Amino acid sequence: MYNQIVMNHFRNPHNVGKMENPSGVGKVGNPQCGDEMVIYIKVENNVIVDVTFETFGCVAAIASSSVTTDLIKGKTIEEALALSNKEVADKLGGLPLIKIHCSVLAEDGIKAAIEDYRKREAEKKNEQKI
Amino acid sequence: MEKLVYLDNNATTKVDHAVVEAMMKYFTEDYGNPSSIYTHGQRAREAVENARKRVAKILNCEQRDVFFTGSGTESDNIAIKGVARKYKNKGNHIITSSIEHHAVLKSVEYLAKEGFIYDIVKVNEDGIIDIDHLKSLIKPETILISVMYANNETGAIQPIEDIGKIAKEKGIYFHTDAVQGVGKLTLDVKKLNVDMLSLSGHKFHAPKGVGILYKRTGINPIPLFHGGHHELNVRPSTENVPYIVGIAEALNIAYRDIEKHRERQMKLKERLKKGLIKNIDNILLNTPEKSVFNTLNVSFIGIEGESILFTLDESGIAISTGSACTSGSLEPSHVIKAMGRNHATCHGSVRFSLSKYTTEEEIDFTIDKVKSTVEKIRKISPYK
Repeated sequence: MYNQIVMNHFRNPHNVGKMENPSGVGKVGNPQCGDEMVIYIKVENNVIVDVTFETFGCVAAIASSSVTTDLIKGKTIEEALALSNKEVADKLGGLPLIKIHCSVLAEDGIKAAIEDYRKREAEKKNEQKI
Repeated sequence: MEKLVYLDNNATTKVDHAVVEAMMKYFTEDYGNPSSIYTHGQRAREAVENARKRVAKILNCEQRDVFFTGSGTESDNIAIKGVARKYKNKGNHIITSSIEHHAVLKSVEYLAKEGFIYDIVKVNEDGIIDIDHLKSLIKPETILISVMYANNETGAIQPIEDIGKIAKEKGIYFHTDAVQGVGKLTLDVKKLNVDMLSLSGHKFHAPKGVGILYKRTGINPIPLFHGGHHELNVRPSTENVPYIVGIAEALNIAYRDIEKHRERQMKLKERLKKGLIKNIDNILLNTPEKSVFNTLNVSFIGIEGESILFTLDESGIAISTGSACTSGSLEPSHVIKAMGRNHATCHGSVRFSLSKYTTEEEIDFTIDKVKSTVEKIRKISPYK
């Protein structure tokens, strides 16, 4: 059902776990199937220097999470935002049709984490003003 | 590749060597058409009728009430669609349950397109149907009730005798999908108070592609197929002689040794259950006390079933899951859901189903591998 790239990411997922003091956290759920994903990012000078994840979901959801963290590590915020689910699926050598939504979840997770980071930054600036 | 540990016997089973042996001669020697009246054909006819006799003995029914079909699904379809269509002048209401196999549920849903209406009986948290609810659903227009004998996902045994009694009093036809009861529970149709009963060969060590429908004399379902006079017009198609011989042999073997299998598999299931509970935290049992002796369904809280399935597969262990991720429709198990379990619990449900070939060594190996699998996947999960 799954190719070897997907299975390798599932067997030994990269960047797993909760992060201490993250710059942003993205929590997303897939209303279609019930999978859930939490992405943690650490941002320094507009660059994502570290990223980790926790996922409740199937092989495709875990593999998508893993490969997505690889793809955005070291990228600028703008580069990370440009990531599409197609790139995630392509990097995995393709996913079964019914599992494409798992790669969408990963894309959404990154976007949510960046949004949270920006919100926190805006709040910090506001506090400084006060 | 490691040795296969096959714990998915509610999905399908290995064909018993004795069954293959019994079938062989009807492929290459006595391969005649049972409808041919010369000796070569009549040898095949004799094999079919002998098989029918053996089945009738186990079902405690008349030989003429046993029909060979192509599958459990086909038996269910003939019973439900055939009876509803035949007796629609008596009423257009059907009752079934929320935990039925899709062969029953989809047949009933399909009949709604033909003007039938239906109600679904609820189950309690053990996955056993609520008899009072069933009683409350009966209307003057009710012509058919279909409730399964034992559930394929949880193993929960349904109160068939009681439902049969109620149906009889009210003059309603009663069908049971008994596919998961074979070799585990009695198939005595008189004791069970059923008018119709469906069986599937490949769930009890016969090949895939052969089923049985019992229907009481006097009930005349409209057939799904139209053709020759085979199986008293209930199921036109040239009889699949070797498979019919095979299913009768398998049924015979299942009941000949039932006590031995019950004792052995009950012990193994208990060993598996205790082993999992002892070694893994946060487990929810989805199989009630009142269940068939080969089935154990549990939910591992905080993780999802497909990822468990694929990790165990790498160790050669075959199990199944009610997870949405493996359903093809992205919907989790309708059975576990009907028991009132939340979405995540359905998602993390895993079914182990044993057979007479399961060994203690395999159970111990499985407990060990499930433990490491759950630990590994929980590390990835946001729910610890």
